[in-house]
Amino acid sequence: MDPSFLVIQALNGLASASSLFITACGLTIVFGVTRIVNFAHGSLYMIGAYTAATLVPRLLELSFGPVSFWAGILVSALIVGIIGVLIEVLLLRRIYGAPELFQLLATFGLVLVVQDLVVQVFGPQDILGPRAPGLRAPVEILGRRFPSYELVLIAAGPVVLGLVWLLLRRTRFGVLVRAATQDRDMIAALGVNQAILFTGTLFLGAFLAGLGGALQIPRVAANTGMDLAIIAEAFVVTVVGGMGSVTGAFLAALIIGQLQAFGILIFPKSTLVVVFLLMAVVLAIRPNGLFGRPETVGGTHAVGIASHKPRSSNWILGLAAIAALACLPLAADAYLLKVATEILIFALFAFSLQLLIGVGGLVSFGHAAFFGLGAYGAALAVKWLGAPMEAALPAGLVLAGTGAALIGAFVVRLSGIYLAMMTLAAAQILYAVAFQWVEVTGGDNGIVGVWPSAWASGQVPYYLMTLGLTVVAVFLLVRIINAPFGYALRAARDSEPRAESIGINLRQHRWLAFMISGAAAGLSGGLYAFSRGSVDPGLLGIPTSVDALTMLLLGGIQTVMGPLVGAGVLHFLRDQIMPLTSLWRLFLGLSIIAMVLLFPRGLVGTVQHWREERA
Amino acid sequence: MAKASMIRWLALGAALALASPAVQAQQKDPIRIGELNSYSKWAAFTVPYRNGWQMALEEINAKGGVLGRPIEIISRDDGATPGDATRVADELVTRENVSLLFGSFLSNAGVAMADFANQKKIPYIAAEPLTDAITMAQGNRYTYRIRPNNFMQVGMLVDEAKLSGAKRWAIVAPNYEYGQSAAEVFKRLIKERVPGAEIVAEQYPALGKIEAGATVSALEQAKPDGIFNVLFGPDLTQFVREGNTRGLFEDATVLSLLTGEPEWMLPLKDEVPEGWTVTGYPWDQIKEPKHEAFVKAYREKYSETPRLGSLLGYMTAYMIRDTIERAGSTETEAILKALEDTKFETVIGPVTMRGIDNQSTMGAWVGKLEQQGAGGRMTDWEYKAGEPFMHPESEVKAARKE
Amino acid sequence: MTLLAVQSLSKSFGGVVAAQDVDFALERGEMLALIGPNGAGKSTVFNMIGGQLRSDHGQVLLDGQDITAISPQARFRRGVGRTFQVAQAFLSMSVAENVQMALVSRARESRALWSPARKRHREEALMLLDRVGMADAADRPCSALAYGDVKRVELAIALAGQPKLLLMDEPTAGMAPRERAALMDLTASIAASEGIGVLFTEHDMDVVFGHAGRVLVLLRGRIIASGAPDEIRSNPDVQQAYLGDDHALAQPTGAEAP
Repeated sequence: MDPSFLVIQALNGLASASSLFITACGLTIVFGVTRIVNFAHGSLYMIGAYTAATLVPRLLELSFGPVSFWAGILVSALIVGIIGVLIEVLLLRRIYGAPELFQLLATFGLVLVVQDLVVQVFGPQDILGPRAPGLRAPVEILGRRFPSYELVLIAAGPVVLGLVWLLLRRTRFGVLVRAATQDRDMIAALGVNQAILFTGTLFLGAFLAGLGGALQIPRVAANTGMDLAIIAEAFVVTVVGGMGSVTGAFLAALIIGQLQAFGILIFPKSTLVVVFLLMAVVLAIRPNGLFGRPETVGGTHAVGIASHKPRSSNWILGLAAIAALACLPLAADAYLLKVATEILIFALFAFSLQLLIGVGGLVSFGHAAFFGLGAYGAALAVKWLGAPMEAALPAGLVLAGTGAALIGAFVVRLSGIYLAMMTLAAAQILYAVAFQWVEVTGGDNGIVGVWPSAWASGQVPYYLMTLGLTVVAVFLLVRIINAPFGYALRAARDSEPRAESIGINLRQHRWLAFMISGAAAGLSGGLYAFSRGSVDPGLLGIPTSVDALTMLLLGGIQTVMGPLVGAGVLHFLRDQIMPLTSLWRLFLGLSIIAMVLLFPRGLVGTVQHWREERA
Repeated sequence: MAKASMIRWLALGAALALASPAVQAQQKDPIRIGELNSYSKWAAFTVPYRNGWQMALEEINAKGGVLGRPIEIISRDDGATPGDATRVADELVTRENVSLLFGSFLSNAGVAMADFANQKKIPYIAAEPLTDAITMAQGNRYTYRIRPNNFMQVGMLVDEAKLSGAKRWAIVAPNYEYGQSAAEVFKRLIKERVPGAEIVAEQYPALGKIEAGATVSALEQAKPDGIFNVLFGPDLTQFVREGNTRGLFEDATVLSLLTGEPEWMLPLKDEVPEGWTVTGYPWDQIKEPKHEAFVKAYREKYSETPRLGSLLGYMTAYMIRDTIERAGSTETEAILKALEDTKFETVIGPVTMRGIDNQSTMGAWVGKLEQQGAGGRMTDWEYKAGEPFMHPESEVKAARKE
Repeated sequence: MTLLAVQSLSKSFGGVVAAQDVDFALERGEMLALIGPNGAGKSTVFNMIGGQLRSDHGQVLLDGQDITAISPQARFRRGVGRTFQVAQAFLSMSVAENVQMALVSRARESRALWSPARKRHREEALMLLDRVGMADAADRPCSALAYGDVKRVELAIALAGQPKLLLMDEPTAGMAPRERAALMDLTASIAASEGIGVLFTEHDMDVVFGHAGRVLVLLRGRIIASGAPDEIRSNPDVQQAYLGDDHALAQPTGAEAP
């Protein structure tokens, strides 16, 4: 191949790498100090782009020239930095001690809030920013034209790296940041004002996110999809580099930039997958990323199900609930039955996640993978094999179980936040496959015509069938939770060294847990496909995973029955609220944040706590 | 029996609840139509569309509605996912008792809605989704589409490709169903219609995540004299800026789907790529009196310029009125009969709902882009009626399973 | 036959030697204390025997069988039980369930999916709890126990594996002086009656000299002395190692020797 082309392609890769690094660098610093994986980092990046795209043209009108342009970029980044401070003071400060799951969810709630606010503030239309004055013209490199702004970007990465390095090495703030990154307890011992350190760190992180976004305006119009587009890649960069490591992030960004630049020549249709596969490979070899260090034991605060004295009243309550649900068709209209069917399906989905999180302490942030595999397994069986529902549902279950075995084999080698990120990556890989492999999966149109067999096609029989399968599956899962296997998972969650020293093979048990949980989620996915008549890649997306987590949290992660109640409440609310307002994401986001802050035990958990207090 | 009495009891309660307000409005009992779209997620595209149908609705009801009754449109957010869309639709059908559904912007929601319409036997009019599947493989007798589909719009551009004389074609399309199927149609049609044409490069960046510099370099490397573009939105802006800077478009004919539609052109501002041949909607230059009146009324009412979505919303509402008038009732079979192979008079001229695939013959405006002030506009344009570009009958029959 | 034989066990962390050519043996029923100043490598040696750390060189033999490279889980099956410096128990379970869990694992039932764990091996668990004096607390949540009681439960968990060798890393850290003596007396009596070899590290010299049959002294990763408590106390090398900490090797006051 033409060498000048290769050079240009490498430069293209470097320009992307620089932009990615500047953003990811903020994410990794914030994680290092606060141990919070900030989902809203992408939102800050997006705000940076919108602010700059709005602000810089005004400044250029006042006085046209490079000074106004770059001043506008810096001011935008500063504004985002201040927003970061607000987020720290109002939200993050309250959840530093919370379990990882709560932190992830709270920052995801923030993502939803920002999505609606950005539309309210900046309008729904994309905003194209101006080009940089003085950098409009291309430069000639080896006989090819190359945008001069991209050269500036290529330089910006190392410059930011250098400045951050100086900041971390040469200032007291930097010393404290590094100390906190290495050992959280040390900071407390040094007698440092933690609040100021953490606020400062959030300012720095948000500033870098804002800078990354603002620097994009000469290349891309500010748009509402930027947040999730960047956050997935920024996660990959920080995880591959090793969370908390700035140099690691730089190296990872370089690798990913080149991989994408040259990847499109070799696999023009699967660049998304390639990036996540890189992450999977790196984590398989180095479970803490390139430069990450292992978390000290006890660094994860697992919360979950604890032993309770069995109450005979629980049995009666359970049977009464099942009987009431079985009688629902007598009283409900077709639509209510449809909503009830979906609630049952989501209840099973959330419950399957409870086995991993509540019992096993394994924070899976990609449970949609198994739900989606179950749905696609069923739909593909219908579409390509002409299978009836009776065969397609088990096919979905088997596909999800197999997928869980495969993904689980990788994931159980990891722990804590790496585990969460890896499950997220696995779900994203499957999402990309379903979205892009149009010939087989139908792409984003998905597969339609996945309707139940004749006997189950009415709303009432399908509801009853779903109820039956859900009750059986939940019953089996409850048995498993109470059986030695469930106890062994809890043992591994409570104390890894203790569990190992009584002969429990942690990985093996966790792997099996993934398979069981995946198969159960797959069954719910299959049921969902047939209740809706179609599948689409959204079933594998991040919002689906978040749904399951929200249901779990809403019901109460420390309770066995919490997820079932959580599923009912969340889905019912969504059904009621979504048609009424176009700000439902804002509403949902605020509810998630409120739940994390005010209601960490969830509904059932609160009731149970109250009952125990009284006893 | 307990069950029967229970249902009767509930039915009585429901009847009482519904009857009380209905008594006063007995003679003006409105015709209920269900509508759903991604108003929250895709506001830039769907709000103009809603403005369009709301304006039409007010005009219609001011003139006495249809069949002596006013029309009521019950509108919902479809959550921008197929699952939410079909659930919301179910609610509209079972709870709100609507006799017809219309709406959706995303193709996947449209496809799911088409399947839903078939399952529930309720007429559904897809105004905006482009995917061929809605009228082809997933088409059914309950589902109709107004906007010219992917195949038709690509076909119009292939005609331009033939005129340009370019033979070495490069394709760039977002990597998902819409992009891939547009690329497939282009590849097929260009080989059929332009002798000697070849595809020298193909790039499929991930939707919303284009590596623009790398993509432009990769295309440049193949030295194409024609480029077929399916990118849109943020991906397109990046692609255009990189391509302009690097001179990718200088010696090439560029064909681009949808870029002339105001929705997509406005955000490009002064980067509107001069000389590209596009499909679009030159709303300010269409001189038919009916259309000019529409534009005038729209600008007065909303103090903004219409988008293509506005026109589609407006047309759809009027077509629904005409359909009900012709059907003489809101019975499903009567409505289907009133839609099939029927000619509608619209603000852009007559449009027929072709019976074999329920695709309307609405055409598109094909022309070149030029810069004008801080924005762009279409020039040298021509309205191409839809008929010659529709799927041939044999293909329709093979694709539709009915 | 020797229960535990440790032969030239070595470990270094990036150039820093944590253990070098450590050799010693332990007989059934013996109480062997491993002492040394902070950073002497006690935990390193301990974790290599327990399987939490891989050694660089050397061998660990249990009943003559090489267990140097096998996992903690496999060591459990060969008869190694242990307690941790910071007590490790399953805080979400009741006291009895903690012990039942170990019994379930010993019976290789931890993958069973059907009948409840709560009902398995309960009698045996209560017996073990009775031995450590915790039978009354059997149904209390483990998270509600005082720290000293958690350490007793840990001992019961370790005993549930029917160990031949019991490793106790600072078994009395964090306990009141009287509790310390009681726990060590209990351990010694169980070790004697069941023929279990006990290896423990300890900071509290009262405990060491009051309960150990033999003492090993570790300094900078090497064993510098070994012998009966009295010999160790009078060993000049050992005194040198503990220089500056005059009272560390003083005559025990609180507890009597067994």
